[in-house]
Amino acid sequence: MIENPWLHGLVLGLVVVAVVMGVAAFSIWYERKFAGLLQNRPGPTEVGPWGLGQLIADAIKLLQKEQIVPAAADRPLFLLAPLLVLTAALVPLAVIPWGPGLVGADLHVGVLFALAASSLMLFPVWMAGWASNNKYALLGGMRSVAQGISYEIPLLLSATVPIVLAQSFRLGDIVAAQEGLRWFALWPPGPGTLAFGLFMATALAEANRIPFDIPEAESELVAGVTVEYTGMNFGMFYLAEYLHTFIASALGAALFLGGWDMGPLGAGLHWMVLKTLVLFAGIFWVRWSLLRLRSDQLMELCWRWLVPGSLLLVMAAALWVHLT
Amino acid sequence: MDPAWLSAAAFVAVAAVVAAAALVGARVLGVKARVDAPLKTDTYECGEEPDGAAWVRFHPRYYVVALLFVLFDVETVFILPWALNVEGLGGTAIVAMFAFAAILLLGWAYAVRKGALRWQ
Repeated sequence: MIENPWLHGLVLGLVVVAVVMGVAAFSIWYERKFAGLLQNRPGPTEVGPWGLGQLIADAIKLLQKEQIVPAAADRPLFLLAPLLVLTAALVPLAVIPWGPGLVGADLHVGVLFALAASSLMLFPVWMAGWASNNKYALLGGMRSVAQGISYEIPLLLSATVPIVLAQSFRLGDIVAAQEGLRWFALWPPGPGTLAFGLFMATALAEANRIPFDIPEAESELVAGVTVEYTGMNFGMFYLAEYLHTFIASALGAALFLGGWDMGPLGAGLHWMVLKTLVLFAGIFWVRWSLLRLRSDQLMELCWRWLVPGSLLLVMAAALWVHLT
Repeated sequence: MDPAWLSAAAFVAVAAVVAAAALVGARVLGVKARVDAPLKTDTYECGEEPDGAAWVRFHPRYYVVALLFVLFDVETVFILPWALNVEGLGGTAIVAMFAFAAILLLGWAYAVRKGALRWQ
């Protein structure tokens, strides 16, 4: 789009970051409304029509609240963690292709960059857990790390299936390989479909969403690593979680659902956004339908079933590519 | 070097500046107490008085999982370049990778049978 690579990254960065942060803030309202629908209650209603002003009210509230640092905490680390967590959450957006050529940085290792950057979030989360000097926060941080590194392997291996099928790490090439509705989620029916399900499930675990939200587990850990954070410091973690979920949906749409391409219905930004939002809403649906797993059940599920399963899926995809 | 890396660097800079701006903005706009009451900056333990520090020794129950993680993480390093070129490499590469995966899964089965993944 823009010739100068610096300027290209800067302009697209500003636009994408602004829009996605807006979507993430809006999705908090949407999720509360959606949860209300599922649980037969109205959700937010007071501020503005349909409670739409709620997100503005929440933003103002977060901005003007005092940022308390506990006396026992490690002050520099405690204040650094929220900054890093939001930065790490925003970075994977750089490689997500929104349309043909419409990508912040068209890296030839796009998939790896997105997955590596999104797992960087574990460092600030553990930093926050440790620096808070609070037992709940420490336990939440440890659970996050154990869960994050465990589910990283099935996540990476399930994302390898589209890499094998498209023979490229570049997200744009992977989308291009699915042109004409030959989505990897549908075709080949075996490895592609299963890898899509596995990718979305492990992405839920990476983003600490229900049924994998034991690092936060309100009933045991109060709020996990965010227990000592107030005001905007807390808001950063909250926003980062929504961004992480949104990015997982966008990656799922690009890797498995054909991204911006919609076969005979044309191609464009709107299809990519629509597919991302459908997956995003699906994640909300899961959240309000399922229960939380226990910590050891979660690890056992990952290591006993998902890791060998995802390895076999990669092998099956390679056989498919070789034989066809 | 691929010029896309420069775009990526610019993008990361934007992300960091936006995150910092949100925090600094909240610093400027937020209220700030002149004196901190001792109870306010106390560690939160659901209203109980905090019992000792959180920086204590703990049992590394999941160290076996950490070992397995390193193992499988290294394995993905080998799988990824193979996955990128599997179409052009032919049948030998497929057989070789299947053998490699079989050895790995054997080790995984050993770890599972030994109860490495059980919470004791």
